[in-house]
Amino acid sequence: MTALLTPSQTAGPYLAIGLPWPDGPFVVAEGTPGAITITGVVWDGAGEPVHDALIETWQADPDGRFDHPGDPRGRRRPAEPSFRGFGRCLTAPNGSYRIVTLKPGPLPGPDGGAEAPHIDVSVFARGLLDRLVTRIYFPDEPANRADPVLRAVADPGRRATLIAAAQPGPPGGFRFDIHLQGDQETVFFDV
Amino acid sequence: GKSSLMTIGPSAAPTGPALASYERPVGVNPPLDYPAYRSTARRAPRRPLLVMPHGLTEVTGPLLGRERVIAADADLTTQHEGEPIGERIIVTGRVLDSDGRAVPDTLIEIWQANAAGRYRHRADQHPAPLDPNFTGAGRCMTDSEGRYRFVTIKPGAYPWQNHPNAWRAQHIHFSLFGRAFTQRLVTQMFFPSDPLFSQDPIFNSTPGAARERMISRFRLDLTEPDWALAYEWDIVLRGRRAAVFEASEERA
Ligand SMILES: [Fe+3]
Repeated sequence: MTALLTPSQTAGPYLAIGLPWPDGPFVVAEGTPGAITITGVVWDGAGEPVHDALIETWQADPDGRFDHPGDPRGRRRPAEPSFRGFGRCLTAPNGSYRIVTLKPGPLPGPDGGAEAPHIDVSVFARGLLDRLVTRIYFPDEPANRADPVLRAVADPGRRATLIAAAQPGPPGGFRFDIHLQGDQETVFFDV
Repeated sequence: GKSSLMTIGPSAAPTGPALASYERPVGVNPPLDYPAYRSTARRAPRRPLLVMPHGLTEVTGPLLGRERVIAADADLTTQHEGEPIGERIIVTGRVLDSDGRAVPDTLIEIWQANAAGRYRHRADQHPAPLDPNFTGAGRCMTDSEGRYRFVTIKPGAYPWQNHPNAWRAQHIHFSLFGRAFTQRLVTQMFFPSDPLFSQDPIFNSTPGAARERMISRFRLDLTEPDWALAYEWDIVLRGRRAAVFEASEERA
């Protein structure tokens, strides 16, 4: 038996009523050794910050495993018990968001290759009739060169929109802005 | 249009067992660039989306909810001292995938305007009253057969600034996780025979054949006599298409 898919609709301007969780930005408990922080701003096509968006993240644990039956290697609990894999954060009035997590490990990829460490991102907002999906990759990561998704983005400038920047200061800080439109428009995926 | 990642075929899979591939919606979702909905102008990406094959990150997803939901979260009429004003309704249905299988134990989150068409949100400037007894947010988990049930107040229609005298058809916002990143869905449920459908560009952004899937059905047999009317709405998430995955999942 098959059933017909339910369409997507925009989350609209009032998603803050229903979607934020107090612990949403914490993929891993604050203060966990080795935790990293990813911050960024969501920008619209006029260069204005998007102050009413929700960012969600999903990722493997530092060993490249998932506590999920869809992983054919079998589900496995993360070594760090507070690790949830999932994060969500409303953007602030200045368009910024923040996610505290652990850096994911690499994953087995197609044709015996490997996927470089990455975080899947969904963007929900007024004006988006469906979520936008992108990926965060990490700088100075040798595995990026062989990553099949990065390699498929032919234009180096476009590919660069998928790679977070290391923040000055203590290690573990990364910056990942999301440009919905414009010269620096982020690469978005149809998953 | 959409371009493809040519270096990875549609059958791309990690070493070992084949991964599930989830159905890709065709003729279902609204286009991102939809000028009749003005807010898309500065927010819809201008470049084509890149088609991404489903890897491990996409066929897995957060299995969250049980620990953060209590039964009372599904009743939006009992969250305050008094009862909210409005028409009390039951909203119930099943979450399925497109292969017709129930999606059990999955988190549903809803939010909505009050009976006067006003959201409890600082950005809502509609000069209609807030209801001190109504927040407008609820959540629940589907049961083992994918069923869900909320008790709430029928939301009012509300004006917005999209075009002269624009009004949103009455709706409840729904958020669903399913079992995988690919199944994540945020959508809206509408009510039967709403006279505002014809001028609501958000409703009409959905391709014509799929619009009716967003409209609930009135169900007299699901009402609670002398207490609440009932609307039924089934939600269908993307299904899996790989037989190999079935076997591996049963082992897990
Ligand atoms: Fe709304």
